[in-house]
Amino acid sequence: MTQKYDVIIIGAGMSAMAAGIRLAHYGKKTLILEKHFISGGLNSYYQRGKRKFDVGLHALTNFCGPREKRKPLTKLLKQLRIPYDTFELQEQSHSLISFPERTMKFSNDFNELVEEVAQNFPHEIDGFSKLVSYMEEYNEVALDNETIMAKDVVSKYIKDSLLIEMIFCPLLIYGSAWEDDMDFSQFVIMFKSIYLEGFSRPKGGVRTIIDTLLKRLEESECEVRFRCGVEKIITKDGKAIGVLTTKGEEIHADKILSSAGNPETMKLVNNDLSQDQLPAIGKLSFTETILCTDQRPKELGQDATIIFYNNRDKYSYRRPETLIDNRSSVICLPNNFSNDELDEGWIRLTMMANYPKWKELERNVYLEQKNIVLEESIEIAKKFLPNWDGSFQFKDVFSPTTIERYTGHFQGTVYGSTDKKRDGKTEYENLYLIGTDQGFLGIVGSMLSGVSMANLYGLMD
Amino acid sequence: MEAVEVRNIVLEIIEDVALDEDLTNLKDEVSLRDQLDLDSMDFLDIVMELKKRHKIEVPQEDYPQLATMQSCVEYLTPKFQ
Repeated sequence: MTQKYDVIIIGAGMSAMAAGIRLAHYGKKTLILEKHFISGGLNSYYQRGKRKFDVGLHALTNFCGPREKRKPLTKLLKQLRIPYDTFELQEQSHSLISFPERTMKFSNDFNELVEEVAQNFPHEIDGFSKLVSYMEEYNEVALDNETIMAKDVVSKYIKDSLLIEMIFCPLLIYGSAWEDDMDFSQFVIMFKSIYLEGFSRPKGGVRTIIDTLLKRLEESECEVRFRCGVEKIITKDGKAIGVLTTKGEEIHADKILSSAGNPETMKLVNNDLSQDQLPAIGKLSFTETILCTDQRPKELGQDATIIFYNNRDKYSYRRPETLIDNRSSVICLPNNFSNDELDEGWIRLTMMANYPKWKELERNVYLEQKNIVLEESIEIAKKFLPNWDGSFQFKDVFSPTTIERYTGHFQGTVYGSTDKKRDGKTEYENLYLIGTDQGFLGIVGSMLSGVSMANLYGLMD
Repeated sequence: MEAVEVRNIVLEIIEDVALDEDLTNLKDEVSLRDQLDLDSMDFLDIVMELKKRHKIEVPQEDYPQLATMQSCVEYLTPKFQ
């Protein structure tokens, strides 16, 4: 007999787990199907020997204190019935936006950035303050906001292109599916989550979040099947009715929530669609280098938590022509969150990368290129760690093809398609998108995406 | 069921929905929204918890009846009979 559920959720990333908790908690018979053997999706973890590493986002955005009202993080935790203290959030010290001419510092105290702008760009501080006031009143999460490009809006308030580039740099590389610009609503989400709220790290890293979500899924009696992917989404007369799993089972459901991504989901409905018939595949992918050192970043001369490095006059946020773009990078130093709990020094360094170029490499060339990425990463990191000789105890490098392999996102795209579906609807009835391609970003954003789509399409109708 | 029992039921639900809030000084006649960080999503959760735990349905047009603890108890007590 065909198995039947109220809701099937494709993938077990942050958005999927959050959606599953909501639906199962309120009695929906819910099944999560995950092709990988662990959950987390784009934000996950792995282990090498005794070392446990996070992959994906460097930090949890949207920091807020335990009793702060109407903040995305507290809203999310309430919806998932997770007490605030569970994550034991450790705040960043501060972060840097490092450009050739200027460096600006920001922290979880927004006034610090306001002062930096006033000091470095005194002629722009009024415009900057007006922009902030405008954004504070803006409803960036309305599901019917039209797409307008953020640089068009921001340039009405700020004229100095260097300041515009510096403000955009962290927001683009921490979440834009578009090259060099982003949708204004996304910009506001990112601006608030990074500058107005800020960065922290849960004690134990991303696995603390994942373990908490898994525990809540179990308590809510949501069924999760690992190593069980979806081969096909079955439709009938324009309606999604179920899935065919990679194990050959046909499972039916009233609703399907897919966190696979927009083009990936459409391909699951119709495998015959060619790339140009699918929603756009996002072009942004990255390499990430992880290094462990016997000295901590502070001893090596750096107390910032995250450094957004760019050495061009204009920041280039786009797929490079070459394998990697070594002229900009994000360097995360997890030891520099408060209460350093790590046994050694860690350096995580991300660079933009070109998926098609990585994909065509033969195995031996691929390994050589990963070594070049390692060397380039060390060169960049040294700029910010003046006392470091470049030696390390452990290293690992991921490429866009690694990301594709583990997440299933076409071309290793990290921020998804530029065809976002803010209302989650697809052209098929009962099939909805959650996660990156519904349009909320970051770990908090993706969980809020799962919560809001589950509420809207699973619980309220 | 007595009003005091209904109050306890509602309090238990609010404790779970707004799990980081301190409810010891909750004033029954003052709007819940003014005392606690509750938004429309949370009120929806209160309604869904009532249904899940006690099979009590609150139609959407009656949501304003849940504004204060006092109005919750007045509105819900007959439904628990």
